[in-house]
Amino acid sequence: MTGTTSSGDGGRLALPRYVREDAGARTPVAFPDYRSTGLRAPLRTPVDLPHRLTEITGPVLGEDRVAPGDADLTLRAGGEAQGQRINVFGRVLDSDGRPVPGALVEVWQANAAGRYRHVVDNWPAPLDPHFDGLGRVVTDELGRYEFTTIKPGAYPWGNHHNAWRPAHIHFSLFGRAFTQRVVTQMYFPDDPLFGQDPIFNAIPPAARHRAVATFDLDRTQPDWALGFRWDIVLRGADQTPFETDDDGDVA
Amino acid sequence: MSEHVSPLVRDADGTNDRRPGTPRRGSGFLDGPHRLPTTPSATVGPYLAIGLTWPDGADAVAPGTTGEIWLRGTVRDGNGDVVPDGMVESWQADPAGRFAHPDDPRGSSSTAGFRGFGRSATPGGEYAIRTLKPGAVPDGEGGWQAPHVDLSVFARGLLDRVVTRVYFADEAEANAADPVLSGLTEQQRATLVARPTDDGYRLDIHLQGADETVFFAV
Ligand SMILES: [Fe+2]
Repeated sequence: MTGTTSSGDGGRLALPRYVREDAGARTPVAFPDYRSTGLRAPLRTPVDLPHRLTEITGPVLGEDRVAPGDADLTLRAGGEAQGQRINVFGRVLDSDGRPVPGALVEVWQANAAGRYRHVVDNWPAPLDPHFDGLGRVVTDELGRYEFTTIKPGAYPWGNHHNAWRPAHIHFSLFGRAFTQRVVTQMYFPDDPLFGQDPIFNAIPPAARHRAVATFDLDRTQPDWALGFRWDIVLRGADQTPFETDDDGDVA
Repeated sequence: MSEHVSPLVRDADGTNDRRPGTPRRGSGFLDGPHRLPTTPSATVGPYLAIGLTWPDGADAVAPGTTGEIWLRGTVRDGNGDVVPDGMVESWQADPAGRFAHPDDPRGSSSTAGFRGFGRSATPGGEYAIRTLKPGAVPDGEGGWQAPHVDLSVFARGLLDRVVTRVYFADEAEANAADPVLSGLTEQQRATLVARPTDDGYRLDIHLQGADETVFFAV
């Protein structure tokens, strides 16, 4: 799908417009209970930027960004990571339901004890010599992705008294256009830590379930790994605006 | 109308398309084709370097390319302190104004080694992207946009990326005609214009404060 045509009319271009979710269904940049947003989230209202060529294009990234073994985080430095082995899989779609093939998916996460392999993370949980927490995959022609990892542990942080992050995996995605770029976090179902986590609760209530994977018995491998499904939806290009005329002709 | 009205009521008044006797009833659509709701964003957090570090991240163009420049700047918070744990990503056209992307209707960039995309962590608050100065880009309506680079800023404390643009101080004429800059006040424009340096251009990003950078809703 390119959706882009040139009329040859002195540089007039028919460009796709990427639909934006209503503000009430998007995560706000700032959320007071997440204290770090206080000095970092911009305070002024952002200026609307119509989608032109720069916004409807974006980096073309693919298999050249992925090394062998990047899709299996449980094998590092010649040994097996500690923890509950899981397969995380799903599809990357746009909001029209079209698969997004060839999309680069980058993930990072804490180990089974809730510790990141990062110089800033020094809380007293053990590092795992066979886990670095980095994974990369590219979606196939149907927009599917899958990687094998271990379930990350919860970890404490300093946001408020006795604050713990629910188990989560960080996801970074490129679609086809600058406008589709998203970085987010995937959670696991029924985590008792959701209620006190301001990063989870910054998501508007009606949209929170979209950040939570579902357990999938069909993709659970006997004697090997639990399956968790998480579909990711990027903004779609609205080529054919829906007719709002009240004539019933919606085909 | 009350949402408690029975769906079997026949005297529909047109404000509820789902009721019998209204035009849309029977089309199969409730109030338009179904769209999948998008996945909500979340902060990159403090450990983004684990997942988002590329050895060649800063290289929007291959090292050694003729005309290469460095686009640099410091990211600061509302106290004026540097943001040492963030990331800046850039996306731009080549010197001919073309994008390294198949959706560019004029054809993809033919500049060798040009990716058009850079990714830089902000150690000490500073980002640095190796690139080429972009050319002017059509605005799609018969006019031109001044040379510019789209930037995304990610950091702990930002629940979504924030987006801004870099323009160039030595493009005064093109800047004056740019459709985006034209919609801004003089003070706002000043936050987007990079100044020449020894090896390229510099634009600092102020997430908050009196000099808060203009950020865009895309
Ligand atoms: Fe995290």
